Amino acid sequence: MSDTTPNARRMSMIEAINDALDVMMARDCAVIVMGEDVGYFGGVFRATAGLQKKYGKTRVFDTPISECGIIGVAVGMGAYGLRPVPEIQFADYIYPGLDQLVSEAARLRYRSAGEFTAPMTVRTPFGGGIFGGQTHSQSPEALFTHVAGLKTVVPSTPYDAKGLLIAAIEDNDPVIFFEPKRLYNGPFNGHYDEPAVPWARHPDSLVPAGHYRVPLGQARVVRAGEAVTVLAYGTMVHVAREVAERQGIDAEVIDLRTLVPLDIATIEASVNKTGKCLIVHEATRTGGFGAELSALVQERCFHALEAPIERVTGFDTPYPHSLEWAYFPGPVRIGEAFARLIAA
Amino acid sequence: MTNGNLPRLSLHVPEPPYRPGAQVDFATLKVPPAGMQPRPDETCSAVDTHPLCLDMVRVLGEDHRAHGPWDPGLDAATLIRMLRLMALTRAFDARMVRAQRQGKTSFYMKSTGEEATAVATAMALAEDDMVFPSYRQQGLFIARGYPLVDMVNQIFSNRADKLKGRQLPIMYSAREQSIFSISGNLATQYPQAVGWAMASAIKGDSRIASAFLGEGSSAEGDFHSALTFAAVYNAPVVFNLVNNQWAISSFSGFAGGERTTFAARAIGYGIAGLRIDGNDPLAVFAAVRWAADRARANAGPTLIEHFTYRAEGHSTSDDPGQYRSAAEGTQWPLGDPIDRLMRHLIAIGAWDAGRQAAMDAEVDAQVRAAVRAAEANGTLGHGLHHPFRTMFEDVFETLPWHLVEQSRQAIHERHVKWPEWSDDADAGEGR
Repeated sequence: MSDTTPNARRMSMIEAINDALDVMMARDCAVIVMGEDVGYFGGVFRATAGLQKKYGKTRVFDTPISECGIIGVAVGMGAYGLRPVPEIQFADYIYPGLDQLVSEAARLRYRSAGEFTAPMTVRTPFGGGIFGGQTHSQSPEALFTHVAGLKTVVPSTPYDAKGLLIAAIEDNDPVIFFEPKRLYNGPFNGHYDEPAVPWARHPDSLVPAGHYRVPLGQARVVRAGEAVTVLAYGTMVHVAREVAERQGIDAEVIDLRTLVPLDIATIEASVNKTGKCLIVHEATRTGGFGAELSALVQERCFHALEAPIERVTGFDTPYPHSLEWAYFPGPVRIGEAFARLIAA
Repeated sequence: MTNGNLPRLSLHVPEPPYRPGAQVDFATLKVPPAGMQPRPDETCSAVDTHPLCLDMVRVLGEDHRAHGPWDPGLDAATLIRMLRLMALTRAFDARMVRAQRQGKTSFYMKSTGEEATAVATAMALAEDDMVFPSYRQQGLFIARGYPLVDMVNQIFSNRADKLKGRQLPIMYSAREQSIFSISGNLATQYPQAVGWAMASAIKGDSRIASAFLGEGSSAEGDFHSALTFAAVYNAPVVFNLVNNQWAISSFSGFAGGERTTFAARAIGYGIAGLRIDGNDPLAVFAAVRWAADRARANAGPTLIEHFTYRAEGHSTSDDPGQYRSAAEGTQWPLGDPIDRLMRHLIAIGAWDAGRQAAMDAEVDAQVRAAVRAAEANGTLGHGLHHPFRTMFEDVFETLPWHLVEQSRQAIHERHVKWPEWSDDADAGEGR
């Protein structure tokens, strides 16, 4: 697509998310949006701005500060036949709602043998890079990928954010939709000390008007290459790609986009071609989704591997406030992993 | 460590009054006479109900007659139907415990003494009001006509189990009867009922929701989230809190019952609340109908505390003789719901001992027939269950690749364990 594509316009990720909600609310009167501060105010990140005015207070409304209640009522609404899109203000706040997600939303179809389902898309900003400290920076995706019955989605561009969110809302299973908040207003490349770049200059900020889907379970090869496969999602897609390009490494960067269901075919094809694999995520290391990816690549591509799989992650500490950039898996950590793989 | 002259703090750990072997004295339990409690209009201010949160709505008196403004005025045929449904529930429970002891299933939970809370509630609600039960409301399923044989199939986890052998016995699901899938995690159904009720209100529907939990699980955050949401959005929902005094071995004091009544939780949330004699089927019917009418009139949610007694163990895995006095049950001052309704029917000249005996024989035969029919479909661990591949279905709407791979592994293991078993069989009954 280019700027001359009809009915497409440049958007930030937050605008693209807002547009997806707008499109789905207009198409399907079963779609409702709720969460803390999402109504009149339009959300602390503005993701729901204007929606209450357009669709009314019974379809877009504020909720009590109770994540257990938000997810719990969403299960009941889904069982009734609505398609709730609850917002959890920060992924760090999701834990009071965990039982309703893990034991209820994720299991309802199974335990009732399909009599009842809980379609819902839980939107929640995650990740660091905004000086949020330990309670506004976490990446808890591995807690959800571990749960049978939940789908886990992470967009990395405005185009994908809109298309994936529409696909998630239309999906009949519960979806956790993690929005990398550092990417809301620009494609952060890891160089926090350089001027911020707005989405407008990025090719994937051109977002078509109206309805389109980016199917769940399909990864995207962001950059084709021969030397090493990079598996990443969210913010780290941009960071890893920037490092590869600055170091002149012919990396094949794969944006997973959906962690469950995972696009294993794209991963296998790439690693079998390059023989080397670097996995990057911002979340803590031990038991992180990178461990699952590493095991899958080892099991399925062992004979193609020419070097040990590298994992670059956040450290196994809470996300610190003042030392945020020391924690963040940035260009140095990724660059050294690239160097080890290339030298192997 | 103490600080100067400040008094030493001490921790209060609640202790139930009657441990095994103890003499029981219920004189301190305030049981008001039937018929004395005022009945405000269904659309009254919630505050007008709050005195009733500390009282106890009762209809059936010691004279076995119905008294006062809460008398629902049901005709004899309806009362006999209510009696029969409670008797059927009790007969079902008795037979299922026997089946568990015979090894036909792993687990069962009786509702003895609490039959009115489920049966009379089901009769007071509209048939398509959505009910979110906890695990001891088999009377709901029975009252709404969910086939007994399907209940037994589920309990036996056999090939005809509509839930494909996935759920612990008694965790039924009955969409056709407007009863939500039962969870083993406590209190989660409360906010879900509120969400369903909110959805009904969003869509301008006329159906309401009703939820059940026990006094023990009212300590869960879900209970409080549910009441908050219901109060905030004026959700059309009837909350039933069955206070049967015991949560396995923990008495109601561990849920806060020493301080105030459970119905009094409604006062703090500013919603309507009623505390009722849960062993009085007419009081249960009248209170639930009142609350349902209130919700249907957009006048908001109601919390009803059904004050009752768990006459048996928590489940087949529990022996209440280990932790509570057996005299509690025999001397329970509110009696037994089936016995009380039977005596009422006799008192109004609509019933007699002969008809009671005949009914007991009929419901027992009905249960036996259902068990026989279910046994033909297999019992747990003996014979027929669902095919292996069904284990992987319904995790998601469609099978992702990793579940396809794991399904192949499960079927491979079956071939290893039973080489004589053919692939065709897996498409049918499985092993």
